[in-house]
Amino acid sequence: MRRYFGRKLLIYGLTFFMAVTVNWLVPRLMPGDPVASMLARARVAQPEAQEALRVYYNNLFGFDLPWWQQYLNSWGSLFRGDFGISLWAFPTPVADLLTRAVPYSLALLIPSILLSWVVGNRLGALAARRKVLDNTVLPVSYVLTATPYLWLAALMAWGFGVVWGIFPVAGGYSFSMTPSLTWAFLVDLFWHWLLPFASLFLVALGGWAIGMRNVIIYELESDYANYMSALGAPQKLIRRYAFRNAVLPQITGLALQLGVLVAGALVTEIVFSYPGLGSLILAAIQNKDFFLLQGAFLFIVLGVLIANFIIDVVYVIVDPRTRVGMAGAAA
Amino acid sequence: MTLEVDDLRVYYRTLKGDVQALDGVSFGLRDGEILGLAGESGCGKTTLGKALIRLDGRMKHVGGSVTLDGQVLPIGDDVKMNPYRFKQVSLIPQYSMSAMNPTRKIGRMVRELLESRREKLDLDELHSRLDLVELPRHVLGKYPIELSGGMKQRMVMVISTLLNPSLLIADEITSALDVSTQKAVVTTLKGFRDRGFVKSMIFITHDISLTNQLADTIMVMYAGKLAEKAPASTVVNAPKHPYTQLLISSLPEVGVRYADKRLTGIPGNPPSLLKPEPGCRFRDRCPLAFEKCAEDPPPVEVEKDHVVACWKAA
Repeated sequence: MRRYFGRKLLIYGLTFFMAVTVNWLVPRLMPGDPVASMLARARVAQPEAQEALRVYYNNLFGFDLPWWQQYLNSWGSLFRGDFGISLWAFPTPVADLLTRAVPYSLALLIPSILLSWVVGNRLGALAARRKVLDNTVLPVSYVLTATPYLWLAALMAWGFGVVWGIFPVAGGYSFSMTPSLTWAFLVDLFWHWLLPFASLFLVALGGWAIGMRNVIIYELESDYANYMSALGAPQKLIRRYAFRNAVLPQITGLALQLGVLVAGALVTEIVFSYPGLGSLILAAIQNKDFFLLQGAFLFIVLGVLIANFIIDVVYVIVDPRTRVGMAGAAA
Repeated sequence: MTLEVDDLRVYYRTLKGDVQALDGVSFGLRDGEILGLAGESGCGKTTLGKALIRLDGRMKHVGGSVTLDGQVLPIGDDVKMNPYRFKQVSLIPQYSMSAMNPTRKIGRMVRELLESRREKLDLDELHSRLDLVELPRHVLGKYPIELSGGMKQRMVMVISTLLNPSLLIADEITSALDVSTQKAVVTTLKGFRDRGFVKSMIFITHDISLTNQLADTIMVMYAGKLAEKAPASTVVNAPKHPYTQLLISSLPEVGVRYADKRLTGIPGNPPSLLKPEPGCRFRDRCPLAFEKCAEDPPPVEVEKDHVVACWKAA
């Protein structure tokens, strides 16, 4: 058991190292010079003043150091919890921008991922081997899962927001409100949350339902299900066993899909101008904001890694075979 | 008589039409009798075994009846058959290695299975039966994957017979075992019968020599029909049906050298059961075939307890 988790932690550590390195590298490989665009924004006419500003900025962000030193410094500041200062929202620290955005992203991601997984699995299990349900759930699921996040989000924003005007189309809360712990604000917050959540939930739902239906059918054909039927066990018990066993590959599927779901959420946030990490990343790319981009990606990588680790632990708890594999079987 | 099977017909539905896998088989089984059901692949022995407990989705009960302990079994009705399963008719499947739910501890699975049939788990009884097959009691706290193949097989034998069924169907349960384990399984099954855990048993196999060690009676099937049924020693030593004779003579004998004599099988293949021609189904391969064989040979009791379906034998 300890060896298993030791190995897992090592793999996660390596992944983290690679991710941070790539994160550091990619923004710097993007074309364009962020300092130049800041200078352009500052509209300084005199060449001397411009030169002075350039030296100041380059020194401030550490761009005047050799690349390897910049890289090592970025690790140092990472461990100090210092993500640097945003170039786009200068001089706000990146950490402040991120802590403001992360709750919105989590509020979208966690419920949509978990709920779509739970509901999709139930739906798929229900549909398997039941003609009428199967003939309705399956095609609907295929359509949903084939829908791009972006497209469904745009469609919903247009339909419910613009045409019928039921839901707001942009923002995390109404511009006329200030964040406070009042019912009115919470309701407003919820109202803005509903459409992005629904579009994420629906697309993911279809995939889980299809997956579960197929695995359940496979389980219902398995030897233990046949044996139970031959001994007259009621369908209820057999289906319960089948569901329990079919959930296992779905847990693995969740771990594999996590990255896709997060990417989908980022795009959805942008469609709804939801003030989460997705909108932040878009702004960072548009403004060549190395530090913000780095910080946002780091948060996502950390989040996905932690979620994957949790799934690993859960899997060991729910599947006895992995545990036996670790301890060795008794003869 | 525990079991009375009368003119049982079970066909497989296929796109090309019905495959007549079991076509009018009749036999009886006395209390305490072990029937060995033998024949080559596709002769209908597994179909017969399945027909007595659970038809699979492609099988269809076309005619005939099965009576167990005086009650007619509703074999064509999956739901109505349920009350009889496990309690009156039980099964040891071919696939003992994978017959138990891999994610449940065995003890809990047994308890849940019994509760679903509204039976109380008698733990003392279960323990004594585990002792009988030499399984340690702590296997109940283990997952199937933690048991060896032989242990799984014995565990399934214990589970299947836990409610003392009248009829136990053992379908090719020794096929995947080595010879010494086969012997142990046969001994265990005999023990189950002698202790009254099961009243009677149908032991399906393609291995006649193994059947001979266990069965009181051997029934040989060919192409969905009964060929010969007689006490085990009669079938082995004095078979009357040409198919049985060829089957027995194609078995190697221990201690005999086959240097100058090649072992021959039975030339030819069984006929297609999709639209079989009338008449004896063995006649194309039969060395004794004559004009009369174009008619269906009825099973005839040539002497007491010895039934043969062959014009030459009658």
